[in-house]
Amino acid sequence: MAYDYDSSIRPGKLPHIWCPGCGHGIVMKGLIRAMDTCELDRKNTAIVSGIGCASRLPGYLDACTLHTAHGRAAAFATGVKMAKPEMDVIVCGGDGDGTAIGGNHFIHACRRNINMTYVLMNNFIYGMTGGQFSPCTPTGDKASTTPYGNPDPIFDISKLAIGAGASFVARTTAFHATQIDKLIAEGIKHKGMAVIEILDDCPTTYGRRNKFRSVVEMMERLKDMAVPVAAAAKLPAEKLEGKILTGILHQEDKPEYTAQYAEVIKKAQGA
Amino acid sequence: MAKKVALLQGNDACAQGAVYAGCTFFGGYPITPSTEVAEVLSGELPKVGGKFIQMEDEIAAMASVIGASLTGAKALTATSGPGVSLKQELIGYACIAETPCVIINVMRGGPSTGMPTGPGQSDVMQAKWGTHGDHAAIALVPASCQEIYEETIRAFNLAEKYRMPVQVLYDEIVGHMRERVEFAEPGELEVIDREAPSVSPEEYKPYDDTKGQIPPLASYGSGYKFHVTGLNKAADGFPTTKAELVDAEERRQIDKVDDNVADIEKFETYMTEDAEVIIWAYGSTSRSARYAVNDLRKEGIKAGLFRPITLWPFPEKQTAELAKQAKAIIVPELNLGQMVIEVERVAKGDCKVAAIGRVDGEPINPGQIAGKVKEVL
Ligand SMILES: Cc1ncc(C[n+]2csc(CCOP(=O)(O)OP(=O)(O)O)c2C)c(N)n1
Ligand code: SF4
Ligand SMILES: [Mg+2]
Repeated sequence: MAYDYDSSIRPGKLPHIWCPGCGHGIVMKGLIRAMDTCELDRKNTAIVSGIGCASRLPGYLDACTLHTAHGRAAAFATGVKMAKPEMDVIVCGGDGDGTAIGGNHFIHACRRNINMTYVLMNNFIYGMTGGQFSPCTPTGDKASTTPYGNPDPIFDISKLAIGAGASFVARTTAFHATQIDKLIAEGIKHKGMAVIEILDDCPTTYGRRNKFRSVVEMMERLKDMAVPVAAAAKLPAEKLEGKILTGILHQEDKPEYTAQYAEVIKKAQGA
Repeated sequence: MAKKVALLQGNDACAQGAVYAGCTFFGGYPITPSTEVAEVLSGELPKVGGKFIQMEDEIAAMASVIGASLTGAKALTATSGPGVSLKQELIGYACIAETPCVIINVMRGGPSTGMPTGPGQSDVMQAKWGTHGDHAAIALVPASCQEIYEETIRAFNLAEKYRMPVQVLYDEIVGHMRERVEFAEPGELEVIDREAPSVSPEEYKPYDDTKGQIPPLASYGSGYKFHVTGLNKAADGFPTTKAELVDAEERRQIDKVDDNVADIEKFETYMTEDAEVIIWAYGSTSRSARYAVNDLRKEGIKAGLFRPITLWPFPEKQTAELAKQAKAIIVPELNLGQMVIEVERVAKGDCKVAAIGRVDGEPINPGQIAGKVKEVL
C-alpha cells in the first residue's frame, strides 16, 4: 500500500518542532499509516495528547485534535469517548506524561477497558523540559536531575497496562518502523483499551548525557534491545537479560466500557 | 395545571436544574458535601440518554467534562474544597480553550481537609483567582434550594453563551437543607445552546472573532476538524507566540465578560431604598442577614440587604452606589474577609466597610449581624 502522508498532515503545519533524529516523527508516520490502513474518517477521529514533545503530535494531523494539559490526555479522551462513543479515539504522549503525572489516568483508562488506542512514546526521559529523569529512565542513567546517576527503579509500561486491565498491549521500537503501524492498526481494530508502547529516542536530552555519539547508535540500541515475543519464548532467561519483548504482548476479549454503559442506559430507561 | 413541586435537598435541586438545562454528561469524584449531586445524576442522566462517569480523581473529572463538552455535550462536575483545588489547572484550560462547562462547588471549611461536614464561604476568591494566569470568571451564589435549581440552569446558559467555565458556589448549609422546589415546565425557563458555526468545515476557525466577541464552537464528530490547545493560540486554534495575537486573544477572553456585565449580573435588594446601613451578603449568610434587617428595622435602624446572585463579575456599580448612599456596609461571610476586600475597593472610602468573619463551622446568626451594625453605626 502506498501511503499519502500529505493528506493526513495539516496544511502549513510543517516543519514540526522535533529535533533532528527525534524518534517521535517516526511514530507519527506510523500512526498515519495505521489510520490509513484502518480507513479512519478523520472527521470522526479524535487525537488527544498531554504535554511534552511527544504530545505535540496531534497538532500536525488533520483530525479532531485535542492538546490538553500535562498527564491528563487519557482523562480528556475518556470524556470524548463517553460522550460520543461513535468516534475513534487515539491518545498519544510521552513516558513522563503517561506514567508519572498521568499515571493514575493511564491505569484507570486501562481498568475501564474503554475503547481507545493509546500510543505511548517512551524515550526514557522528559524531553521537552530538558532531560529530567522520568519513571522510565533506566536506573543508573544520567539525566539533568540525576547528576550522580538515576537511583530510581523504572516502570515497565506494558506490564503496567496489562496489570491495570488493558485488553490489548503491544510494544515495539522506533527502529522497527514498519511494525509500529501494524501494531497501532491492530490496536485501533481491537474493541477495548489498546496500549502500544513505542520505545524511541531523544538524542538531545537523553542521548547526549548518556554517551550516545549519534542517533544511529541510539537506534542500534533499540534494535538490540528488542526480542519478538515468539522468539523470546524459545530463549533461556539469561539471554533475555536487559532485553524487551516486542509484538503483541497481550490480547483478550472483555467487556468494553462504553458498551457496558449503553447497558446502563437501557436499564435506566426500563428497556 | 398544578406545578410539579418537591421537597428537595439543595444538591438534588442542582441535579434537577442540570437535567432541565440539557446536561448530558457528568464527570465527578465523591466529596462531602457535594456528593449528592453525583448520586442523583448517576440515576437521572442515563434516563435521558446522558452519561455519568465517576472518574479516578477530580482532575480527571474536570478533564472528562472538557472532553465531553468538545463533542457538543453540556457537561457538569460537582465538588468541594480539596476537589476544587485539584481542578484549578483544568479550569484554566477550559478558560483559554473557551470550552463551556459548569462546576458546582459546595463550599466547606478549609484549607485542606478542614471541616468536611461544616459550611464555609472561603472559596469565593478562589473562584475568581484560583487558576493561574489572567482570565475571566463567572461565579453564581444561590441562597436557597429553588435558587440552586434556577441558577444551575442559568450557569449552563452562561457557559454556553460565553463559551467558558461557570462556577456555582453554595455552602454546605444550602446544599444539605431541604426546601420546597417548584420545577419549571419545559419551555418555561430559557435554555441556551452554544452557537454552532455558520461557515463550512473548510472555513471554520475555532477562535475567529471577526463576527463577534464569542466565536462559535463546533463539536468534534460533527464534520468539523479543528485543534484545541491550552497554549496561547491564533484564531485558527494553533499555537502562536506572536505578541499582538497573544495580547488580543487574552484581552478578548476577559472583555467578553467585562463587556457583558449587564447580561451576567444578578442581585436582589431588600429594603435598600432608604437604608443607612447595608448588609452585603450572599449564600446562606444572606438568609441570616434578612432576619437581621427585619430585626433592626423594628428597632428603628434603617438597614437593608444587598444580595449578589452573580458574585463574579463583581457587582461594582451597585456596590459603589450603595456606598454613596449608606453610612456603612457590613459584609458577613463564612471566611475571614474575602469579598469584603472587593467591597472596600469599590466603596473607595465613601462609607465605612466592616467585616464579620466566621470559620468555626457554625453559621453567622442574625444577632451577630445586628450587633455588628449597632457597633459600627
Ligand atoms: C502540571 C505540569 N507540570 C510540569 C510541566 C512541565 N513539563 C512539560 S513537558 C514535561 C515532560 C514531558 O515528558 P514526556 O511526557 O516524556 O514527553 P517528551 O517530551 O519526552 O516527549 C514536563 C515535566 C507541565 N507542562 N505541566
Ligand atoms: S528534546 Fe528530545 S524528545 Fe524533544 S524533540 Fe528533541 S529529541 Fe525529541
Ligand atoms: Mg519522554
